[in-house]
Amino acid sequence: MSRTLSESDSKELLGSFGIPFLPEVLVSSREQVEAALVGMTGPFAVKLCGENISHKSERGLVRLGVSGTRAVEQACQELLDAALPEDVATGVLVAPMATGLREFIAGVSVDPVFGPTIVFGLGGVLAEAIADVTVRLAPIRRYDALDMLSSLRCRALLAPFRGEPAVDLEALADLLCSLSDAAVSIVGLRSIDVNPVMIVNGVPIALDALVERSGAEQE
Amino acid sequence: MVSSHHFQALFDPRGIVVAGASTHPGKFGFVALHNILSCGYEGEVFATNRERVDVLGRSTVADLTEIPHGRADLVFVCTPASSNPEVLRQAASVGIKAAFIASAGYGESGEAGLKLQMELVELATELDMVIVGPNGQGLISTPSSLCAQIVAPYPPVGSIGIASQSGNFVSSFMNLSRQSGVGISRAISVGNAAQVGIIDMLEYFSEDPKTSVGLVYVEGISDGRGFAERLKKVCRRMPVVILKGGASGLGARAAASHTGSLATDDRVFDGLCRQMGATRAGSIAEAFDIAAAFATLPAPRGPRLAVVTTVGGWGVLAADAISSTSLELVDLPPDLRDTLDALLPPRWSRNNPIDLAGGETKDTVPAVLDAVVGHPEIDATLVLGMGIQSNQGRLEREGPFYPDHGLERIVAFHDRQDARYVEVALSASEAVDKPVLIASELAIADPDNAAVAAVRSTGSFCFPSAERAVVALHHLHERAAWLTSFGTPGIETE
Repeated sequence: MSRTLSESDSKELLGSFGIPFLPEVLVSSREQVEAALVGMTGPFAVKLCGENISHKSERGLVRLGVSGTRAVEQACQELLDAALPEDVATGVLVAPMATGLREFIAGVSVDPVFGPTIVFGLGGVLAEAIADVTVRLAPIRRYDALDMLSSLRCRALLAPFRGEPAVDLEALADLLCSLSDAAVSIVGLRSIDVNPVMIVNGVPIALDALVERSGAEQE
Repeated sequence: MVSSHHFQALFDPRGIVVAGASTHPGKFGFVALHNILSCGYEGEVFATNRERVDVLGRSTVADLTEIPHGRADLVFVCTPASSNPEVLRQAASVGIKAAFIASAGYGESGEAGLKLQMELVELATELDMVIVGPNGQGLISTPSSLCAQIVAPYPPVGSIGIASQSGNFVSSFMNLSRQSGVGISRAISVGNAAQVGIIDMLEYFSEDPKTSVGLVYVEGISDGRGFAERLKKVCRRMPVVILKGGASGLGARAAASHTGSLATDDRVFDGLCRQMGATRAGSIAEAFDIAAAFATLPAPRGPRLAVVTTVGGWGVLAADAISSTSLELVDLPPDLRDTLDALLPPRWSRNNPIDLAGGETKDTVPAVLDAVVGHPEIDATLVLGMGIQSNQGRLEREGPFYPDHGLERIVAFHDRQDARYVEVALSASEAVDKPVLIASELAIADPDNAAVAAVRSTGSFCFPSAERAVVALHHLHERAAWLTSFGTPGIETE
């Protein structure tokens, strides 16, 4: 048995290890939206959040580029209405939209022979076809994190790219080292999926995350 | 607990017993004894044969108890699996510490065999013996002139240590050793690796003063974490080149997450090699190239590579090869360009690759090599085109006009020149402790070519192509960078 943490719980847990996420709020009804958005500027990404939501995008449970308080409230209501009992929905996540041309994936996967591994690779819609992924055993040193970046076939994407500045390699290495800390610290860890890691103005930001733990180790 | 004195008994035994010696030239028990007696081993050699018949003109004893105590350290076991517990007990009773078990019929043959194998390990542990195999092809140890194996060849002396999960790969690597002249210290086929495996051998090699680089073939790894951690410790002391087969043998992967499903087993192995400081090779030839480079070249201090070539095309391909590595085809420093301007005719390339454009003479080549190799902004030099003159010399020597028409004199001159160029390049390397790599397909096409022979005679490796030399140097540079990442060598900074 394993248990997937909700997106907001996953982010909170990984955030404590230093994975960089956007500021976002979790609201449980449309009435909470207006107060929650104080101090935040749109447009927003609005996502249903729950303990067992799969195929979020395919099911239309992610709304991107939502502008204005009323529209966010509306999206919030629609997503809550669309939730199925098995989703175990805990609310709706509202975050400012982040845009960038480059997406990567990062994660932790437990290899049956070698144990927890840190995985990093090209993300986005072409990720599976291109399959440019590099792996190390957890824990990794900072040298290994930087070596992972230079091991990618698509490493040219880390340089200045179509008007966007070069990727902050130190920040990306920090992210991988944080994942490594999480990999060796989280009891009963089955997997971590940070997807996408978007490069926003040269800086890596994790936009979504899922942590899976074994059922036996639940608190 | 297997310790260093067990490995010493295995690789440098004072005496050796072939258990199950046979008069039939097709049997393991004949071939093993033949090979031990044929390659110069100077310790005492005993053989057992149930009927006490002479084998290869030597008398035999009926069993190991007849061998005087303390005279042999190693037993090479060719007897059937059912006899082997008794063979081990008798061996231990006469002071033998190590057994190489060539016999089949163990783990490779099914459940019953696996049970026998586990019992054998238990017995060996109880007797304080190390056993290698079963189902292995044997071992080589050139410091002891020991060829205790049921296959060929016996390689030249050198510092590459080979350990393999497949005995035939040991042969493959040693065939390349014989061909290139870059020699072997120890080589062993671990067979079913019942008691000791690849990583145990690597740990021994890393402590062995006769071995400077490990070269291994692996298929499956059982204790993944333990293997990785021990490999890292070994790699801090000694370079290790790994050739791996059967990527799927690592077992099914729990494809839990999206990223996990993209990460194939082979990528995990690839990543751990980089992380633990081992060099992963893609083929037998590449693995040997890299091991030979580690064994014969000093570590490059940086990525800056100069290419010296007698003609343009080779330099162009070398430049292509460099572009996909961590090496840099540096722009020539202005002072070096000035030096070369003074030495070469104006048609030389005036950049890197340094194309001599046929401007080489008996004086310019040594001067150019000295200037390039010794320049402080050059970390390594690749030399192409050696052997061309003596290749023409060979055609002339084998032609109908030789030795008349002045051919005898010019052919001898070509041979001397090529040998001299090589000697100059290699002594320049030694003087400044920087790698100089010589590459020519003549290494394979004509190993007797004067340039190739000169490389071989100094114990160096003549790379069969510029591309292969570049790949090997790239791996030397990567390892140097990995070692540097720990700070001062020998001090843990983790």
